[in-house]
Amino acid sequence: MSPKKLNLKDKYKLLTRDLDWEFSYEDRKEAFPYEEFEGIKITDWDKWEDPFRLTMESYWKYQAEKEKKLYAIYDAFAQNNGQTNVTDARYVNAIKLFLTGVSPGEHAAHLGFAFTGRQMGGIGARVAAQMQSIDELRHIQTQIHAMSHYNKFFDGFDEFNHMHDRLWYLSVPKSFFEDARTAGPFEFMIAIGFSFEYVLTNLLFVPFMSGAAYNGDMATVTFGFSAQSDEARHMTLGLEIIKFILEQHEDNLPIVQKWLDKWLWRGYRLLTLVAMMMDYMLPQKVMSWQEAWELYFEDAGGSLFKDLERYGIKMPDYTETIKQEKEHLSHQAWWIFYQYTHAAAFHTWTPTAEEMDWLSEKYPDTFDKYYRPRWELAAEMEAKGERFYTTGLPQLCQTCQIPMAFTEMSDPTQVSYRESIYNDERFHFCSDPCKSIFDNEPEKYVHAWLPVHQILQGNCGGGGLDKVMEYYHLDDGVANLEFEGSPDAERWKEWKGVA
Amino acid sequence: MTIRALRDDYHGEFKDSLEKFGGAQLVYLGWDKHQMFCSSRAFPLPPEMRFQELLDNVMPEAFGQHPEFNQIDWNKAQWILDNSAFQPDHSKSLTELDIGHKSLLRLVTPELTGYKGAGI
Repeated sequence: MSPKKLNLKDKYKLLTRDLDWEFSYEDRKEAFPYEEFEGIKITDWDKWEDPFRLTMESYWKYQAEKEKKLYAIYDAFAQNNGQTNVTDARYVNAIKLFLTGVSPGEHAAHLGFAFTGRQMGGIGARVAAQMQSIDELRHIQTQIHAMSHYNKFFDGFDEFNHMHDRLWYLSVPKSFFEDARTAGPFEFMIAIGFSFEYVLTNLLFVPFMSGAAYNGDMATVTFGFSAQSDEARHMTLGLEIIKFILEQHEDNLPIVQKWLDKWLWRGYRLLTLVAMMMDYMLPQKVMSWQEAWELYFEDAGGSLFKDLERYGIKMPDYTETIKQEKEHLSHQAWWIFYQYTHAAAFHTWTPTAEEMDWLSEKYPDTFDKYYRPRWELAAEMEAKGERFYTTGLPQLCQTCQIPMAFTEMSDPTQVSYRESIYNDERFHFCSDPCKSIFDNEPEKYVHAWLPVHQILQGNCGGGGLDKVMEYYHLDDGVANLEFEGSPDAERWKEWKGVA
Repeated sequence: MTIRALRDDYHGEFKDSLEKFGGAQLVYLGWDKHQMFCSSRAFPLPPEMRFQELLDNVMPEAFGQHPEFNQIDWNKAQWILDNSAFQPDHSKSLTELDIGHKSLLRLVTPELTGYKGAGI
């Protein structure tokens, strides 16, 4: 007798909602110990509307199909020496930044969604979070595989995992995700599921993936396509979670608003890396950071917030500041990396004359006035054989952990300094939002692992910069420093037959 | 509330308190409107260091790469300590001058306008 075939609806019910059970002899609160401390009130989990109708069984089938195609392209890319077809060896530094700075975040998201996939009380939300958790694990794996081919020919990829826990700039994405993962399940879902995946993800993935497409990097582009349907699912989950929480109880509104204010800012600061990648690292540029911000945040995000207005949600107050900063962000960021590139696992360079003209055109109000002279100074020093590597270690913001390089929008030549005193100790911040995030929860940020302070306490190999480099596993003179004259640049010239 | 945590008595260890720096204290040094240096810098300094020693030994390490560094007239230099105007007696120590752990000391030189006068 052949087994009875279930129809789709029954199958879906049995393999998702029906996996839950009543707590008849155990205390439900003990089973979900994280559900209440954040103050979020859930009155009826049955009101949860599944953002996508997918059972685990069909999930495996879809994903396996996608993997097959993806790995066929990776193989072809490797066999055809795809690394020689990118626009320029400088481009590869953008994906070094991706592998060291973004991919470990996929892993952190995997862990975070595994946590919420266990701790939220509603089965529908749990199943959705568990699927996203597996997606995120798939993403870091496929990203590592996409870039492993470059690792055979370029420096700076091989120790990405070791570096993630140590390098000064990698503490920016690392601490971002750790902040989210050490929050409760609902804050994590608003932080990563909604603010990051729904509102900001286009500003991360589209620039990197279009950047790859514009610069002949087929491996990374193909990864992007393969992740796209996953991302679409993640976005619907993000939107469902915020609407569900807000619809459950009116007391949830101020808590959610505070989380949005915090996480959109945290996410925006993290995207500083994307801004400089777009404007300075891509030999063939897609669009400027300013254009991307306008398209994906001001236009798309603007209509999203209109939609959320009916719940009482407001656009964060600081969006006006971000609007002004969009003309400065990438220039200030690349200047940090340019002068500290001796301690970074990728190369930096001064923009070419054509690139500077492109920047002038894209940033008519700021580039020539504030930033072109910086590059002229750098070029002058380089011409004298004194390529500018700065001395000393930067002061960092206690919250976002980025060097204190951002300036006042009322006076873009003046560094923006903010401080708080908590339990008689001074803490420093790059901006009003970073300060207020700290002031809201100082006990969380007083034990931030600030790379500069750790070096000065002797916890990073001890001794001088050479010991720090060993601790970082950073191959000095090879993976770091100026691009021109680097082993990467020399190999590229050899492949291309340029003297 | 200083944190929203599972336990109300949650307390985070201060990662950068004074005793963790082996007898030194942290001082951040910035030079306003000289953005050649992307940010202010962190230095571990002995609390008994005289201000004059800071000028002689630490400032060159912090800012000596700048083309205007040698033009600084230290007697005319203005200072901002932790966001307030500050007039240091060069013979006194950091402790005597209330330059504390994690204090931010900013140098202001209005007559020096940076590379190409662009605040760089």
